[in-house]
Amino acid sequence: MQDLQNSDCIVIQGSNMAECHPVGFQWVMQAKARGATIIHVDPRFTRTTAVADMHVPLRAGSDIAFLGGIVNYILSNEKYFRDYVLAYTNAATMLREDFRDVDEVDGVFSGYDPETGTYDTSTWNYQGMPAQESAASGEESRSERAAGHEMGGHGASLEHGRVRRDETLTDPRCVFQVLKRHYARYTPEMVQEACGVPPEQFLKVCEAVTANSGRDRTTAWVYSVGWTHHSVGVQYIRGAAIIQLLLGNIGRPGGGIMALRGHASIQGSTDIPTLFNLLPGYLPMPKVGEHGDLRHYLATISSPDQKGFWTEADSYTVSLLKSFWGDAATADNDYCFDYLPRLTGDHGTYQTVMDMLEDTVEGYFLLGQNPAVGSAHGKMQRLAMAHLKWLVIKDLNMIESASFWKDSPEIDTGELVTKDIGTEVFFFPAASHVEKDGTFTQTQRMLQWHHKAVEPPGDCRSDLHFFFQLGRKLRERLARSTLDRDRPLLDLTWDYPVDDKGEPSADAILREINGFHLSGEKAGQPMSSFTEMKADGSTSGGCWIYTGVYADGVNQSARRKPGREQSWVAPEWGWAWPANRRTLYNRASADPDGKPWSERKAYVWWDEPAGRWTGHDVPDFPVDTAPSYRPPQGTGGPKGLAGDDPFIMQGDGKGWLYAPTGLLDGPLPAHYEPHESPVDNPFYRQQANPTRQVFRRKDNLSNPSAPEAHWEVFPFVFTTYRLTEHHTAGGMSRWLPYLSELQPEFFCEVSPELAAERGLQHGGWATVVTARTAIEARVLVTDRMVPLRVGGKTVHQIGLPYHWGVGGNALVTGDSANDLFGVTLDPNVHIQESKVASCDIRSGRRPTGPALLEYVKDYHRRAGITIYTGNDQRTPMPGVRLTRPEQDGAEGETGPRQGDPS
Amino acid sequence: MHHGTSSGGTPDGARRSLRSTLLSWPVIRQYTQGDPLGRGAAAVSAHTKACTARTTTADRVVQSVCPYCAVGCGQRVFVKDEKVIQIEGDPDSPVSRGRLCPKGSASEQLVNSPGRQTAMLYRRPYGTEWESLDLETATDMLVEKILDTRERTWQEHDDQGNRVRRTLGIAGLGGATLDNEENYLIKKLFTAMGAIQIENQARI
Ligand code: SF4
Repeated sequence: MQDLQNSDCIVIQGSNMAECHPVGFQWVMQAKARGATIIHVDPRFTRTTAVADMHVPLRAGSDIAFLGGIVNYILSNEKYFRDYVLAYTNAATMLREDFRDVDEVDGVFSGYDPETGTYDTSTWNYQGMPAQESAASGEESRSERAAGHEMGGHGASLEHGRVRRDETLTDPRCVFQVLKRHYARYTPEMVQEACGVPPEQFLKVCEAVTANSGRDRTTAWVYSVGWTHHSVGVQYIRGAAIIQLLLGNIGRPGGGIMALRGHASIQGSTDIPTLFNLLPGYLPMPKVGEHGDLRHYLATISSPDQKGFWTEADSYTVSLLKSFWGDAATADNDYCFDYLPRLTGDHGTYQTVMDMLEDTVEGYFLLGQNPAVGSAHGKMQRLAMAHLKWLVIKDLNMIESASFWKDSPEIDTGELVTKDIGTEVFFFPAASHVEKDGTFTQTQRMLQWHHKAVEPPGDCRSDLHFFFQLGRKLRERLARSTLDRDRPLLDLTWDYPVDDKGEPSADAILREINGFHLSGEKAGQPMSSFTEMKADGSTSGGCWIYTGVYADGVNQSARRKPGREQSWVAPEWGWAWPANRRTLYNRASADPDGKPWSERKAYVWWDEPAGRWTGHDVPDFPVDTAPSYRPPQGTGGPKGLAGDDPFIMQGDGKGWLYAPTGLLDGPLPAHYEPHESPVDNPFYRQQANPTRQVFRRKDNLSNPSAPEAHWEVFPFVFTTYRLTEHHTAGGMSRWLPYLSELQPEFFCEVSPELAAERGLQHGGWATVVTARTAIEARVLVTDRMVPLRVGGKTVHQIGLPYHWGVGGNALVTGDSANDLFGVTLDPNVHIQESKVASCDIRSGRRPTGPALLEYVKDYHRRAGITIYTGNDQRTPMPGVRLTRPEQDGAEGETGPRQGDPS
Repeated sequence: MHHGTSSGGTPDGARRSLRSTLLSWPVIRQYTQGDPLGRGAAAVSAHTKACTARTTTADRVVQSVCPYCAVGCGQRVFVKDEKVIQIEGDPDSPVSRGRLCPKGSASEQLVNSPGRQTAMLYRRPYGTEWESLDLETATDMLVEKILDTRERTWQEHDDQGNRVRRTLGIAGLGGATLDNEENYLIKKLFTAMGAIQIENQARI
């Protein structure tokens, strides 16, 4: 965070940092005071814009085109950092002959299967990687190893690090030339066409970022959920990664891509994941068929021949299994690998909610989360909860998700009737952050211990207490069970020290996460680094990337040496994973010979006399690997990294301009329109991401999207956002008097032009409508919103903060903006598109009661909406009528996947 | 110091007090105390002078971290008589340097707000109101629910005969506002129960 002060230029895009991360924003202001240029690219003029040097309003959902335009500018004007690009990226790497780009295959990459809406990604790989094996062979195959969520977080693996390179960057099959061709069409004129940004303004951004990048200067990119909440969200971030690699801004002070995360420990809950697809430390959850035993599982994570630290995944996995199952985990039983339940596909939160509607999910725990307001398609969330047999709420306040059975909007419309809802609800009040010990991991991977100040009141308990006691009781109840399925519970290590109130020691659990030696002379001692982990059962550790938080037996996360007594890096405040490194891939802050690229940007460098890497931060590189080191042919793992391979978690040690494996929707970002858009894709015939996850259900209807008929029933674009004074779904803010008073009411931001067009009165009411529902909001007419000219049309955008909800006993309530969205997901990460969709807006309040349903149905009729509307993954050829099963308007049942339109 | 405001032994107390009242008028003090715009010391009333900050009377100060966004601002929690009386920014933090935004500044109300739910509540199937329930009983009831659902929805194998060893009957959502240690126990217990559908805000 503090590193932003070293930037010479900061582009904030997909984030309103001043509003949503206000205290972090002081570092942007510090950079500005030092002369940096601050650029805000955003549909809205916000608090961030107000202090930026430049505001670039663009159409929500067009960022890939904007970023692509910058890539094109960099490449066509030779503005890339050639030494960095050549040495540290895969620009020179040769691709397979049979790879076809989107321009060659009518808007999709090679390998697309219109039947399934998925890619066979094998043609995207590097030259010289072994040929594809079929999944049916039973052996681990590359494509599976590469597959989306199954990859966990371990990055895409490569068979080996011996790639073919063309150091002249001229071969037509090298990444650099492929990149050039791919981006050739992303001209300033096309940027204007897609984003509504005039060329002069666009070129100013290009000039600023390129002038502020190179040996002596660095540019940072800052994003937030304005980029992740899209059906192409991963490719947005890839777009920024390509720019930052080309400009040499990764691993350097004042550079990088800063993801601003929105919850105190959302980074921690990703690292130690309460996520279906991961085990701690970005190890994948095993999947049926692929991960039969430990050996097969490990083979899918990495190949022994690839470079970097993922080759040690066996040590990380065995240590994790030892920390779960202790003495029961032995070499003979595969360390209880068999105890892990298996995945069979997408078990993400939206899929789970649909499973609730099918009555296959009986019980649900909500732990400090309020999906009735915070998740997309609030109605689906609430109706699904009414199908549960039992629901557990653990929260500080009586959130809308807890009381849906008595006061949700569906009670008003008659879709739910309290007396008919069989869900048994348990509300367990929670302890607040000052009533328990523990660590949060903030947005830059830094763990900070918070000390318990007081006892929680009444029945409030920490989640640590709750789950420890629950586990204890479950194990007691099953103690005499002889069933095989109960072994994982009974063999679990679950004997934490507790205080006189039954609260387990957070300190003991952090020690378990850090891990320790189980045998040998260090038995019982905490490990100081994950490099001490062993695959032979002699170490235990609950999350390998967190090993070191208890280095030397000291809780490093509780360190609080004042910032003013340290360098700006502040390495002695808290502890950052891995190994207390504050900037990842910082080997790249030095040139291939190990010298800083410039005096001004010195960070980590090779100390020749001492024979080691040193600098302001913990070097993110094997500390004694000299810059000149070249591994013997065929060496894998950390020793396989050459002295100039800074990207130590990538199988080839290089930063990936082009992603040969790992992504499901393309090796390069291509601009696709949002799932719902009033604009035709100006780049390709393919309208939206051809692999986005669509759900054709009558309770998940979509608006027609251009060029489909009747798109004009929903002619406007809306986006959602947060305000400083509230926190996401409001569970921690709408019950607080100060915050509720500061932001009491739901509103919509519209331009004076749109207000005139629709007769909207400032301070009056407006109704916003999509195929899902209609909601009402107070109108804020402001010239902070500007209509854009896009594709020959004027596009009006509407801004909606999403903090309010109906029901519950909050101090302030209101309609929920997330009720407007349906469920359409990014294929890689299953995250919903909730930062852009189309809508209509009308003056006045919405109907109430059953009349609201009629009102929305009327829109369905006018727009001719069925379950197929907007849901063709592959855009049909113009004039082609797809054969559908019997169509019965919005009442149609879930349909099969579409046929091949061609 | 002006001799008239001195507390020296003038015999006429009334005159002295009138004089000191007159001279302590803010408008006079503005000019006599080098605060011509009346924005500094001259604006301080006797009442204000008599006030002391809550923080100075605290029994102890505990270091914490803001529970809202992921900037991770440092907090100082002031405790008196085992109650949180104030939460302020921690100037020692190299990330936040003592600042808190409106949410972090309001977090004392997160702890003490009268609207906070501090009692266990229960809604029976088809019930129309909340009922109170003892915490221990509630946990015991929940244990039975979990075991019952798990038994009924247990899948030992999938339809191809592959071993899956799981239940799809139990799901969870949440973790991004919780501690790492809590997430760890949740993941560990869910995994051991065979429940895989545990998710949090990171997916959203
Ligand atoms: S004080 Fe504000 S900026 Fe700081 S962590 Fe809390 S919510 Fe984020």
